[in-house]
Amino acid sequence: MADALRVSPATPVPAPARISSPASARVMTLMVENMNCGNCIRKVETALSAVPQVESARANLSARRVSVVIHPQAKVNSEDLIERLQAVGFTSRELPPEGASSEPADRDSDLVNRLAVAGFASANIMLLSVAVWAGHGEMPGSLQTLMHWLSAAIAVPAVAYSGVPFFSSAYGALKNRRVNMDVPITLGVTLATAMSIYQTIVQSEQVYFDAAITLLFFLLIGRVLDQRMRREATSAAENLLGLVSPATTIIHPDGVSERIATREVRPGMALLIAAGERVPVDARLSRGLAEMDESLITGETHPRKVKTGDGLYAGTINLSGPIEAVATACEDNTLLAEITRLMHTAEQARGKYVRLADRAARLYAPAVHILGLLTFLGWLYAGYTWEPALTAAIAVLIITCPCALALAVPAVQVAAIGRLFKHGIIVKAPDGLERLSEVDTIILDKTGTLTLGEPQLEDPDAVDPAALVKAAGLAANSRHPYSRAIVRASKERGVTVLPVSGVDEIAGSGLRAIIGGVEVKLGSAAFCGIDRADEGRPALWLRSGTDAPVSFRFDDPLRTDARETIAKLTRLGYQIELLSGDRSAIVEAAAKQSGIATWQAELKPDAKAARIEALKASGRHVLMVGDGLNDAPALAAGHASIAPSTATDISQTASDVIFQGAKLGPLVEILAVSKASHAAAIQNFVIAIGYNIIFVPLAMIGVVTPLIAAVAMSVSSITVTANAVWLGHKNLKDMS
Amino acid sequence: MTALAWLIPVALGLGGVGLAAFLWTLRSGQYEDLEGAAWRALDDEPRK
Repeated sequence: MADALRVSPATPVPAPARISSPASARVMTLMVENMNCGNCIRKVETALSAVPQVESARANLSARRVSVVIHPQAKVNSEDLIERLQAVGFTSRELPPEGASSEPADRDSDLVNRLAVAGFASANIMLLSVAVWAGHGEMPGSLQTLMHWLSAAIAVPAVAYSGVPFFSSAYGALKNRRVNMDVPITLGVTLATAMSIYQTIVQSEQVYFDAAITLLFFLLIGRVLDQRMRREATSAAENLLGLVSPATTIIHPDGVSERIATREVRPGMALLIAAGERVPVDARLSRGLAEMDESLITGETHPRKVKTGDGLYAGTINLSGPIEAVATACEDNTLLAEITRLMHTAEQARGKYVRLADRAARLYAPAVHILGLLTFLGWLYAGYTWEPALTAAIAVLIITCPCALALAVPAVQVAAIGRLFKHGIIVKAPDGLERLSEVDTIILDKTGTLTLGEPQLEDPDAVDPAALVKAAGLAANSRHPYSRAIVRASKERGVTVLPVSGVDEIAGSGLRAIIGGVEVKLGSAAFCGIDRADEGRPALWLRSGTDAPVSFRFDDPLRTDARETIAKLTRLGYQIELLSGDRSAIVEAAAKQSGIATWQAELKPDAKAARIEALKASGRHVLMVGDGLNDAPALAAGHASIAPSTATDISQTASDVIFQGAKLGPLVEILAVSKASHAAAIQNFVIAIGYNIIFVPLAMIGVVTPLIAAVAMSVSSITVTANAVWLGHKNLKDMS
Repeated sequence: MTALAWLIPVALGLGGVGLAAFLWTLRSGQYEDLEGAAWRALDDEPRK
């Protein structure tokens, strides 16, 4: 383990840390699941720094990670650090060294460097250009030439540096005899720069350095946002793999137990899984009974009872006492690794989505080049020399510079995102709104999406208070979701919960204690000796001595406005389906209650994603709404996806939009705003193209000076922005 | 007009300083954890 963690001197320190460390020091990266406040940073860092062998610890709140620098000779392993964090209340996992690589962050900051240079250059060149435009006709020719030379001095190195991502991509495409969007960009930028240098040398009036560098600046903003989005997706996938504990206790045939690295576990090994521990690899229970929290895989809040010989999935939590199991599938073959893989694949498919702006650019770029070429040939045909011909052609290229076009969609999206943000809705993916506007089918998850996601004691007022006190006293000792629901319901009713001591927890059955010489049991009907068939509804029984048994029933209530929201969405023409990993009876009840006609139950994560793929194949645009880890592949597979803020990190990362609060109503608002923003984006294109229709013919006949070009560009940009701002304030119909 | 001879280089120089400062903050990892940095400012307990 330690060897794998040793960082060679050539390897850079992981990006989140940025701690200067001696070349021989070891760096370990831990993912801290519940580090989510300012105070947590201090607690985590203090706890780790207190370990003598630790040289320094630096937490990264945004990434939920902490980088620990360990003394070169120290014999400390990740287990010690994880235990230390556990003691102060943090659940952590070690990330494999390759998972903590700094490479994506470096690539990201490389683009930001280029963006910063392009921003600096375009701002300064614009200043010089404005001076030239303002002084047009009055400025002495020598001063104008000086301004042009200054612009050239800034623009040429800036274009050469900032344009590299586009140039290299265009070169790569041409080498493979393909044409991508970077080819016309490269052509436009280099042509405008080269022509401007020539114009500067011959002391002409018109140069286009500003256009070339501003174009690069806008395009780089888009690239940086795109890159950042992908990095988030990657780190989510890494955190998901981090859920598997890196060390596992195995039992040798001679009965001796040993902790080994999880990646060394092979099928057939006997494993010992402690209470509350996650199962490290897929396994089969070899002895006794157990209760497993499988919400990670199925999204179901109710624990599953597991008998000898039944399968256990990697990533699920053992809710009962220590259990023994035999490993069946390891590392890349586990269900958890499969989910991660599904998510990656689905995300790649979505990455192929072509944004409205790009689609427009695909039509726009060739049109611009053809117009420019026609202008050039037209002027030559009319008997002019190549100089005025090329100047007119470049004027066409500049007039059609996609400034308004580059603004048309982003301006609308910024306004729409701001509007949603005021309602507690966070839009994560820049192109999420566009995809949402195309949605015609909505798939809902049940637990945690249609419902609130926690079992609640049904009708607590009907339960005898004395029985409730007794049950809560027993339940306070257990971390079972039903036990917690009983304790919560008691507290809500104002009953003081006094934990009973000496409680035995019998896996898969219930709790037992002796109170005042009387045996009290809280658990399943069979455990309490009650001859009643399970009615398909989750229930617990309390039996105190020979008293009549008391039953506690649980349900997971729907969000209060679920029915209303579903009705509204149906009226708006969306087709709605409910897909759940939960049991049929429960899903059917929820579907009936919320008014959803189409539902499927007992689905595994891949089955949900498969259903979405099937709908997509039939030409539908599917919106997935879900919260659990089991929904992550489906969320990534959907044309668009939304998660509540209570969702797991992974699901939130896989989603385009996150909404807060206990209501489902934000769904309607999100869809309405996405539709309105799509319409506004189209209007903006019309405006931008309208300006071009007026000015391009003028540029073609050579009457457009750089001043006119600049005014036209600014006015169209301002109109487009104003239209976007209006979207942020207007009333949307169908929203009340 | 001679004022331009030194005003323009000064303006460019100041802009360049800004650019250099930004590139330095980027390179030294100051944008790695924006959320955490906001909280660290409020932490007034001395550390070892």
